[in-house]
Amino acid sequence: MTEYTERLLTESPRKDAADRFRTVWLVVIPLIAVLSQVYVPRFIPFLAYLELPLLITVHFALSTGGPIPALFYGMSIGLVQDSLSHQPIGMYGIVKTLVGYFAAQVSMRFDVQNPVLIFILAFFFYFFHQFFYWVLSRALLGEVLGFDAQQTVIFGLLNAAVALPLFRLLDKLRVAR
Amino acid sequence: MDFFLSRYRHLTVLLIVITAQLLLIAYQVKTNKDIPLIRVWAVTAVTPVETGLELARRYTWGFVEDYFVLLGVRSQNERLRRENGQLKIENNYLKSELSTADRDRALSVFESRSPSKTVAARVIGNGTGANSKVVFVDRGSTSGVESGMAVVTPDGIVGKVVESYPTASLVMLVTDPTFAAGVVSQKNRVHGTLKGQGHSECLVDYVQNEEHVDIGEWFYTSGDDRIFPKGFPVGQVTAAPNGKTFKEIYVSPSGMAGGVEEVLIVLQGVHQEVPGGEVGSPAYSILPAPTETAAQTPEGAPQPDALATDADRLRAIYKDVGVQQKHTYGEGPPGSKPPDFTKIPSIHGVPQPGMSQPAGLPGPAGAAPASAGPTGAPPKPSAPVVAKPKPQPPASLESTDDEPVSVDQRKVAPPAAKAPVVKPPVIKTPAINQ
Repeated sequence: MTEYTERLLTESPRKDAADRFRTVWLVVIPLIAVLSQVYVPRFIPFLAYLELPLLITVHFALSTGGPIPALFYGMSIGLVQDSLSHQPIGMYGIVKTLVGYFAAQVSMRFDVQNPVLIFILAFFFYFFHQFFYWVLSRALLGEVLGFDAQQTVIFGLLNAAVALPLFRLLDKLRVAR
Repeated sequence: MDFFLSRYRHLTVLLIVITAQLLLIAYQVKTNKDIPLIRVWAVTAVTPVETGLELARRYTWGFVEDYFVLLGVRSQNERLRRENGQLKIENNYLKSELSTADRDRALSVFESRSPSKTVAARVIGNGTGANSKVVFVDRGSTSGVESGMAVVTPDGIVGKVVESYPTASLVMLVTDPTFAAGVVSQKNRVHGTLKGQGHSECLVDYVQNEEHVDIGEWFYTSGDDRIFPKGFPVGQVTAAPNGKTFKEIYVSPSGMAGGVEEVLIVLQGVHQEVPGGEVGSPAYSILPAPTETAAQTPEGAPQPDALATDADRLRAIYKDVGVQQKHTYGEGPPGSKPPDFTKIPSIHGVPQPGMSQPAGLPGPAGAAPASAGPTGAPPKPSAPVVAKPKPQPPASLESTDDEPVSVDQRKVAPPAAKAPVVKPPVIKTPAINQ
């Protein structure tokens, strides 16, 4: 085991567990993310691919490291998204609950400060998010929607690219307790 | 149990949360009801911010544009665009009404009903989700907007209201994969169901492969869905290949061309006629009308008369009545005195009791007046007319009182005894005036 992989596997993010967002940021940042998802594509339609609420959920889960706060945080953001959609409430809630939970589980085992890992995780969770939402739409609502895997992969890569500077920016907002 | 809960605490919480949300979805799907509390909270929290952002954008960036770039042209342009949109709707309505065959009916319909009642709204944001094709507009239940109302622009349909909140409404666009509306093609009157595809074009489904749909043909709302009033433009066909069972007709929605900024929500819909286009040729062929040349008539057969049908005879009678009473059909303001239609004979040559025979009209058959009772009651069916060798009036003008009397005939020539004073109906039939 190399020094790098040893650090990757043994350095627990728990050391950063004390780092917390200020409470106000916990509310304001997701609200800004949801608002931007609602408002910005009106003027820049290309940015509709950006799933900022998901990236915020992933970042929160990775930085807190606790699965239970992460899953509740994901659920809250998801329910707000559901409220602004025409789908039954709970679709995004379930998906983001799972994202929050699994991202927190990952953060307990890996060094989530690594940019490569952040890129991979952001891509993976975007794909997981879109695919699981599609599965839920078919299974629970009976909607016959197509799943464009190629497009999802491309959008996943773009979201992952956005995640790198975004996570760095959000890290700066964290304060040590 | 305690060991399990402490050992798998995270997993247990996850399962509880997921199950709770699944039950929430199941409740909504099963009862087809929403959870208005959560939605109203979220929308009420978000839409004022959106409206503020939109206002800020308009009054900052728009201010700079208005004063330093366009110097008022923008506002004038907006006003003209609005007026143009209203005129387009009005024009569409008038065109569709006037294109109906019965001009009189079109005018009376135009007088009796007004176009759909609408309220203007501005798009203030999109719905969440990458695949979502829903937008928020700044008119809600306080403006009378309800879910299920149609959303249109002068160029065509845009979508329908799926949720209405006090300050805003959620509109599902025609491009949403779950959108559907009844449509009919302009030329061939082919009915189908418009479905969103998640991209810029829509599909018209359930049209048999045998039906004829041309590229570039317009589709209009059919009114079958009870959401969109009939006669609103939907879009033009871009492709119509045959599919396995149904045609795959792709339509470019005209209402969303150039983006959606301002829309009209139809509060009270009025069905309109689909504007008449070139009527498609029927699938079967019919023979042309026979020419009335004597050369083609077999020798010895009775010569066809020019007044071959009851309509022809009725037209001739009305024409003569107009000449006699010096009345020109189609002239004079509404409410002016019409000709006295009580003094005309039956189209079969049976004069009404107590009326004179108009000059120039074909005379009645000799036995016909006798068949009309003295009380003016409808004549009883007489025995079949036996053909006589002597020259007779044209066969079509013979007294055939046993024939059913047409509705028009009853209106125009009622029995005198039963209705001595009959207010004649105002008839503005252009054909009579010809």
